[in-house]
Amino acid sequence: MIRLEKVRKTYDGQKNIVDDLDFEIRSGELVVLVGESGCGKTTTMKMINRLIEPDGGDIFIDGQNIKSFNKNELRRNIGYVIQDIGLFPHLTVRKNVSVVPLLCKKDKAEVDRYVEELLRLVNLPPEEYADRYPGELSGGQQQRVGFARALANNPDIILMDEPFSALDPITREQLQNELLSLQEELHKTIVFVTHDIDEAIKLGDRIAVMSEGRIIQFDTPEEILKFPVNSFVESFVGKDRLWKKPEFLKAEDVMNTKVVTIGQNRSVAHAIELMKMHNTDVLVVVDKPTESSGKILGIVGTNRFKGVGDNTIKMKDIMKSDFPRISKDMCLVDVLKIRKQSDTLYSPVMDENDRVVGIITNASIISVLTKYIPDREDY
Amino acid sequence: MKLLQFFAANGSYILDKVGEHLYLTGIAVLLACAVGIPVGFLITNNKRMASIVVGIANTIQTIPSLALFAFAISVFGIGADNAIFALFLYALLPIIKNTLIGIRNVSPTMIEAARGMGMSRAQIMFQVEVPLAISVIMGGVRIATVTAIGIATIATLIGAGGLGQLIYQGIGMMNYEMIFAGAICSAALALLADFLLGLVEKKLTSKGLSKHMNRAKAQ
Repeated sequence: MIRLEKVRKTYDGQKNIVDDLDFEIRSGELVVLVGESGCGKTTTMKMINRLIEPDGGDIFIDGQNIKSFNKNELRRNIGYVIQDIGLFPHLTVRKNVSVVPLLCKKDKAEVDRYVEELLRLVNLPPEEYADRYPGELSGGQQQRVGFARALANNPDIILMDEPFSALDPITREQLQNELLSLQEELHKTIVFVTHDIDEAIKLGDRIAVMSEGRIIQFDTPEEILKFPVNSFVESFVGKDRLWKKPEFLKAEDVMNTKVVTIGQNRSVAHAIELMKMHNTDVLVVVDKPTESSGKILGIVGTNRFKGVGDNTIKMKDIMKSDFPRISKDMCLVDVLKIRKQSDTLYSPVMDENDRVVGIITNASIISVLTKYIPDREDY
Repeated sequence: MKLLQFFAANGSYILDKVGEHLYLTGIAVLLACAVGIPVGFLITNNKRMASIVVGIANTIQTIPSLALFAFAISVFGIGADNAIFALFLYALLPIIKNTLIGIRNVSPTMIEAARGMGMSRAQIMFQVEVPLAISVIMGGVRIATVTAIGIATIATLIGAGGLGQLIYQGIGMMNYEMIFAGAICSAALALLADFLLGLVEKKLTSKGLSKHMNRAKAQ
């Protein structure tokens, strides 16, 4: 865990590059610092491994003030990946990766073995690549070595300073995906700096949007996209961003929360009365209608009443019980897919306990989407 | 033909002179390395100091060699010490200058990466800066050596011996074979020294830094 308390950095004793920053990065979390150039994001990151010393405030790693560590010791235990990659051209890939563990006087044979493991991890088979020089590798391969090097001393924390911005778009995307899948496996605490909001949204567990040395909003990508705190964040992420990332819209965002429930043993007449009263044409049949913990059993729409004259027929006899299961955190894309496949008008949304929390209809989807109308006219 | 006969007849004498010549230049260049390379390092981070030191070395370089030998007589008297001191001064400039340039050419990115990885100042110097700058530094040593071998032929005039002795004696005795023997030997010595130092330079320079590598990267 990394905690910054009132961290401040001043240049020329005047302008605050970083202004009283207070935030916390949890263990195993990938936090992206994003902002325009000069917003203080790189300075903030470099203060964590003391490449830059703050003028005020304190930084704690797992509760310990980093000022209490020896600078070099601290840096050896924090992985560092930079934009220009910075591999040593005079050393082979193997030696480049081994630098830090060997500085820490680890056993050479063991380091060798671990380095090969790491190279495999970043998709550079050691048989082929370990003894090559950086000059013989492509930019993407070099940055893979850069990442292996950052992992070499098995640090808990990795700092990444725009690591992919010098790469071509295809390689960049590839490496972003690899970083994500590596992170699934490794659970490192990663501080990632970028100016590219798309990259931030793609990679970050949480994103800190920075401007003029302050954090304007620090939240999950979903929250930042859906609820930008002010117009700065909104224009920075782009108002139309949600349209490009529909997977961030969840079922619970597009559902209608006004749900009318009915007990399974009630009659058709009662159902019709309920529909009239609530001005709806769909009812959700639950086992315990009076309690909020009622489990969903089926749905009844007006079409189900056709030809039913018998008053003894109960809801459980006519309800549709083979409706698709949609949980509240299912993403919009999947919801739309399921609705198309099952050809249903009404899709109840439930929580983890099978309780109904809302209902999705075409109308509810449209009313939500119109809130996110992009500001560009050519849509 | 006569030249070969001269070599055959005076082999051991010529070898003595070659030995003296090597002694003078060898000691002078080694001393210059011992002083020049550390000085070059120390002034990389201080622009003012760098311009002062290079300025002084440049001034020394402009003093005619015979004049420098003459100046040095007042301190060291006549003999090998005097010659070594003067040759040392001449060798300083290329070594300091090339060390300075070599270290300054190491990209800041490299240093930043090294610092970020937790290397100490000394580790950065020996593991990053020196290996990256070694070919430029060695270039300076080669220039210094070749220059020193050339200038050392004059050292005979202040009684330091060396191959210059053959040349000047030959001129005095109108013995052309002797003149040529001295001239050829000193020229050959310079070429050989340059060649051998070139091999050392190649050996010390990482394969990863050769031009071939950079071409592979560009492709």
